[in-house]
Amino acid sequence: MKGSKAKKSKNVLPGFGLSMGFTIAYLSLIVLIPLAGVFVKTTGLSWNEFWAVITNPRVIASYRISFTTSVLAALTNLVFGLLVAWVLVRYRFPGKKIIDSLVDLPFALPTAVAGIALTAIYAPNGWVGSLLEPLGLKVAYTQLGITIALIFIGIPFVVRTVQPVLQDFEKDTEEAAVMLGAYRWRTFWKVIFPELLPALLTGFTLAFARGIGEYGSVVFISGNMPMKTEIAPLLIMTKLEQFDYKGATAIALVMLIISFLLLLLINFMQWRISRRTIAE
Amino acid sequence: MAGAVTAHLSQEASKRPKHITESAGVRWLLISIALVFLSLAVVMPLVSVFIEAFKKGFDVYKAAITDPDALSALRLTLFVALIAVPLNAVFGISAAWAISKFRFKGKNFLITLIDLPFAVSPVISGMIYILLFGAQGFLGPWLDKHDIQIVFALPGIVLATIFVTVPFVARELIPLMQAQGVQEEEAAAVLGAKGWQIFWRITLPNIKWGLLYGVILSNARAMGEFGAVSVVSGHIRGETNTLPLHIEILYNEYQFSASFAVASLLVMLAVLTLLVKALFEWKTNQGASHEKLN
Repeated sequence: MKGSKAKKSKNVLPGFGLSMGFTIAYLSLIVLIPLAGVFVKTTGLSWNEFWAVITNPRVIASYRISFTTSVLAALTNLVFGLLVAWVLVRYRFPGKKIIDSLVDLPFALPTAVAGIALTAIYAPNGWVGSLLEPLGLKVAYTQLGITIALIFIGIPFVVRTVQPVLQDFEKDTEEAAVMLGAYRWRTFWKVIFPELLPALLTGFTLAFARGIGEYGSVVFISGNMPMKTEIAPLLIMTKLEQFDYKGATAIALVMLIISFLLLLLINFMQWRISRRTIAE
Repeated sequence: MAGAVTAHLSQEASKRPKHITESAGVRWLLISIALVFLSLAVVMPLVSVFIEAFKKGFDVYKAAITDPDALSALRLTLFVALIAVPLNAVFGISAAWAISKFRFKGKNFLITLIDLPFAVSPVISGMIYILLFGAQGFLGPWLDKHDIQIVFALPGIVLATIFVTVPFVARELIPLMQAQGVQEEEAAAVLGAKGWQIFWRITLPNIKWGLLYGVILSNARAMGEFGAVSVVSGHIRGETNTLPLHIEILYNEYQFSASFAVASLLVMLAVLTLLVKALFEWKTNQGASHEKLN
């Protein structure tokens, strides 16, 4: 009792007021107040105007394209991200350190550079594009191209959320499963996979959230055809260039709400993971 | 979110007894699939930038990166990063200090707020400053009267870049400082050290590698930011064009080799960032194994 009280009234460390004050002031000025502007600006629209903008067929098509390509890319990353994380944590092979570093490349590489590089590779005359062309498979300037750009962008998110969980996984649990006569595959599905699930879901959501908002790596490879390969962020850009600020804000508001919900979900899942590890 | 990116490969994890690992065949199959996936998805784009850049020879490459417009874009990019990165580093240290050294209500909420710029589309990150400072914006008429230009000019580019890179240093430092705890600082405080003395002598040496990586990463993101900067820049050649915007212009003008040549500069920056990260991990691992020995 005394101990916990001492801990509470405790802190001998200085600087709480200063650091907290600066943090809140900086966040408010740079992030919160400008973001609030979007919400205030849309109140300038009547409900009918707002509804007309966001239910315009071209806008709906752009949401649908952003959504489906992001889901497909995140699913691909879920499978291959788990595989990469597994291989990096559990096996030894030459060049492992370099491979591990490369996973972060999409995180450090400017999106526009990724965009032009992927377009060059998957264009009909590119390295991969020219191989797929005779098979009748078009990648650049289609939704498949958008998906590939989003796969590139999303790789680190799944690998880096799964990796630490896999690293901390107790050998004992697996040992026990083996003792009880479980086969390797069964051990994976029944013992390891359930433990990894929260991390996998977090990685999926992170990659998905990033994919929905992604702009730079997509605009080059997508071809930007309205109704076909026009993503939602690009439509906002187009509206801004036409000085249609109200239209741009309405589309942005819908995207912001989706992003906030995803962010809440991610933080909730991370809270669950950390609570579980503390409990153990 | 960036915090998730720091993971360490420990050596012992890879040595596993036979009965709880896969057979050699399965092992090599999985490794091969992972390697093929990463080569296709990550290595190929990286290599293709350099090959496309040198396709028309070294002279075209040199001409592209010494072109006056390219140089002015480089100068602008460096200048913007020089303002944005230190500000976000100070913010990151301050936020990590408050979050990791003290207990307070709403800590998780504050961390979520710091993450916000990650979740916002870069296009929206640029747009919010147009809504605030643009001609039709809230402060537009006032700024116009006083002849201050923020959007479609340097201040707008700086603001958008700061917004996009706000979380990086903070997200590197928070988990690091949380793991280190408060004992060392408290001991110093009990022995009579002043606040700044504690920070400079104890905390900073402890976090220097994490801080360096955070700074380098936010620098790479600041110099490479495309969507947000594109919205607020106004695309005035030689004036408000950053390197990524210059790459876009060259690309749209079908000057592919020149475009990839400029892009290769940013690729080198990204590779440097990864090298610093490897160094950071090596240093932390070294510290960890040193502690274990003691």
